[in-house]
Formats: sequence, structure tokens, C-alpha cells
Amino acid sequence: MSYVLNNWDIILRLLGEHIWMTGAALLISTLVAVPLSLVLVRSEKLTTAVLGFLSVLYTIPSIALLILLLPVFGLGRTAVVAALVIYSQIILVRNMVVAWQSVSPQLMEAAAGVGMSNRQRWWRVQLPLAMPIIIAGERVAAVVSVAIATIGAKFGAGGLGTLLFDGIAQNRYDKILWGTIFCALLAIVLNQSLLWLETRVASAPLKSA
Amino acid sequence: MSAIRFANVTKQFADASHTAVDGVSFEVEAGSFVVLLGPSGCGKTTLMKMVNRLYEPTSGTIFVGEDDITTLDKIVLRRRIGYVIQQVGLFPHMTVAENVGIVPDLLKWPRDKIKARVNELLDLVELPPDEYATRYPGQLSGGQQQRVGVARALAGEPEVILMDEPFGAIDAITRTTLQDELLYLQQKLHKTILFVTHDVEEALRLADQIVIMREGQVVQMDSPVNILRQPADAFVSQLMGSQDLLRLLRLVKITAVMTPLPNTQNTPPTTFTLPATADCHTALSLLLPHPEALVIVENEAGQPVGRVTLADIQQLLRAEMAEAA
Repeated sequence: MSYVLNNWDIILRLLGEHIWMTGAALLISTLVAVPLSLVLVRSEKLTTAVLGFLSVLYTIPSIALLILLLPVFGLGRTAVVAALVIYSQIILVRNMVVAWQSVSPQLMEAAAGVGMSNRQRWWRVQLPLAMPIIIAGERVAAVVSVAIATIGAKFGAGGLGTLLFDGIAQNRYDKILWGTIFCALLAIVLNQSLLWLETRVASAPLKSA
Repeated sequence: MSAIRFANVTKQFADASHTAVDGVSFEVEAGSFVVLLGPSGCGKTTLMKMVNRLYEPTSGTIFVGEDDITTLDKIVLRRRIGYVIQQVGLFPHMTVAENVGIVPDLLKWPRDKIKARVNELLDLVELPPDEYATRYPGQLSGGQQQRVGVARALAGEPEVILMDEPFGAIDAITRTTLQDELLYLQQKLHKTILFVTHDVEEALRLADQIVIMREGQVVQMDSPVNILRQPADAFVSQLMGSQDLLRLLRLVKITAVMTPLPNTQNTPPTTFTLPATADCHTALSLLLPHPEALVIVENEAGQPVGRVTLADIQQLLRAEMAEAA
């Protein structure tokens, strides 16, 4: 405990860096996944192919992927965020494809029938109804990103991983312990708040439906 | 004036061997209730969906009012047409008020005008706004959902309403109630309604005109009584059960067979009273157990205007049988 009390400023900075990397990755990968998934729902063949490719990317070890990305992005947070975006794609895209498909074609036709434009149909009907499944994907991606972002410490990106790698190098178990605890806390807080959002979005209209 | 006119409309789906709709031409009079009737796969739903351009015809033209619908923007056209489908058509994440107000909202009416319109319509379909406006469709019974669907279709003050088997997934008792309510609404509002069903009883109850379809073509278009009396061919006769005289009795108002008053000489042992809107089938059910009895026909004000005996109905039946033979 004394380590935390004496070094809270460092820990807060590392936590901030970790949240920044995770948050940026989640934001960017969502912006990529939404249009990608909307294109994919039009073709089953394309979906199978693209999801297969994204799964393969997901199996690349994180250190290997980061090393591959270094020539493009250089050392630092950008490379880590890029890696997290790549890993998140399979989770987000797969969930979003399922989410869009979960809205029945009859309902979409009814939306067209009352005179909604394509954009209004998406914004007013498909998106709100798909939201719970999409948020579930964001939740899984957030937790996975928190875990993977620890590797960033090896590539000059900072984050809570710094405590883990320093601890190993210096044989300081207190650093390893506190690095692990803060990583876990961050993951739990993200998971719970997104879970709360998920049930809130779902419950109002769909209860007793 | 015709509200909807089909001119040689054909629809061939790319992946289908047979033609879904094959050279259909007919007109729907403004203010009339027209039912498209036929077995599944006969093209009735496809024909309806071409009116609001959910499908585009392969050839032929459809007019709504004066306009060839291909000259109108699809979105604008659809906001001019009310559309009711089975209860899946309500948006589950929107309240009853939001569902009913969706077309006025899309038409960018001011907020207080939408609210007033929604309340008016919910009252009209007997779902008091205070109780139902803020509920979600999932919290309503099937019958209530369908009423919301009807209210939504009426909201934008459309000229034409399309109804695609709206009562198909509803239990028989509720369905009859909803049909009665729809007829009552139609008497008040005089909309042009195009209604798709495969339920013969429903078609006979609701329609001013029935359009019978088979394999993409119109086989017969006429009033329910005329279709029962003079089926165009064996298919129509079998579909409608034309040989069923009792079914026909439901369509003949008792005023058609009654003897006008004052003509009552001696009061018979038992008398019944029926409103002038009742049909001969109802009168027959009353008279069969009491062959000597008399049915007094009353007008809306409750004044007796005529009388019907069993003999009057038998005479009608004999006439129908003679015509059929």
C-alpha cells in the first residue's frame, strides 16, 4: 500500500495513458466497424470472407503485430492504438453484423412504408433496436483492449504496463501487484458501466415485448 | 373518381418462374372499401405493395388520385398513403404516441399539432391517451397493437389506406371486434381502403367490392352479394362457398325482405325486434325456433318501420335457389 500512497501521481499518469489508448482505440475502431458492418450485411459471402480475415488478424500475437506496425507508426501510443483497433475489429464487426440482422426485415419494410428515407430508417429504427448488441460488442472490445494495451509499455507508449515490466525487471512484486490491480479495476469499471448502459438501452422498450 | 387505378400492371420477380402479378387492371372508387382476396401466392400482397412502391411493377402504370405514382417521390408518396400490416409493423422502441405520430413527425408538423392529432386518434380507436400514450407496443395485447396500427395509418390524413392482412395473427373473437370497429370508422371517415386477406368471411364482412385473384390475375371483381350469387367460375364458387345460402343471408339486410308498416293486423304469440342494419341470417336464427313469430324492424330512432316473417326469408331463399339453378 505504501507504494501507491507514495507514487499516486505516477500511477494516475499511467492510468490516464492507459485510458487514453483504450478510449482512442475504441472510438476509432467503432468508426471503422459501423460502415464496414453495414456493407457486410448486404452480402453473406463477403461477411464470411471478411470475418475470417479479421479472425486471422486476431490470432497474431500482440508483440508480433506491434513490431509489424512499428515501421508505419513508429514507437509510441499511435502504434499501440493501431494494434488495438485491429484486434477490436473482429469483435465489433461480428457483433454489429448480428445487431443489424436482429432487426426484422418486416419492421424495416414497415419503416419504409410509413415514408422514412433510408437514413431515417437507420437512425430511427435500426440503430436504436440494434444498440444493445452493439454495446455488448463494445464492452468485450473494451476489456480486451485494456488487457492488450499493457504491452504498450514495451513500445514507449506508457500505460499501466509500465508498472508490470518495471516490476519484473527490478524484482519489485509490489509494482507488479498494483499494476495488475489497476488494470483489473479499469476493466471491471468499463465492463460494468457498459453493461449498465446496455440494459438501460434495452429495457425500456423491450420489457414484456 | 377513382382513388387508385391499376393499368395493365405486371410484376415478374427476377428469381421466380411464374409471374407474380399478370396484367392487372381495375379501379378503386374514392371512399370505397376494396378487398383483395385469394389463396396465398396469388399476387394480392405484391399488387398492394406496388401501390406504395415497396415493389416496382415490371410493366404497367398505377395511379393514386390523378398522379402516375412513378412521377412522385417515393417518400412523399408513402407519407400520403396509410399502411397497416400485422403487428410486427409497430416500432417496439417507440411509445404508442410516438408510433401513431410518426408520419406527422416525418411531415414536420409542429409538436403541439402532432400531440393533438395523436390524442384524437387514440380516442378514435378507443385507447384513452392518458392510459396508453406512454406505453410501448410490447405492453399491449394483439388487438390493442392492431388499433395502434390503424391509428398510425390514419395520422397523416392519407387519401388512401393499404391494409395487408392486418388481423391475420389475431384470435377469432378479437378479430370480429376489430372488423366491426374498422367498419364503424369507415362509416365516419370514408377513406379509400385497399385491404388484403385470404379470409373469405373477413372479405364478405368488410368489402364494398371484392377483387378475387388467382395466379397473378384478377378473376372477378364485384360486390360480395353479386360474387356469391354469380361466381365467375368454379374457382370463385369454391373459394367463396357460393352454394352456401346461409352465407348469402348474412349479406342481405332484413330491410330487403320486410313488409313495411303499418301493416300489422294481429299480434303474433312472440315478437322480436332488430335494427334495420341487421341481416337476414340473424332474423332466421330468431325465427327458426319460433316459426309463428314476427320480427319487428326498427329504424335508428327506435321506431318500428317493418316486419319480417319466416315466410319472407323462405321466399328469398327460394328466389336465390331458382337463380342458382
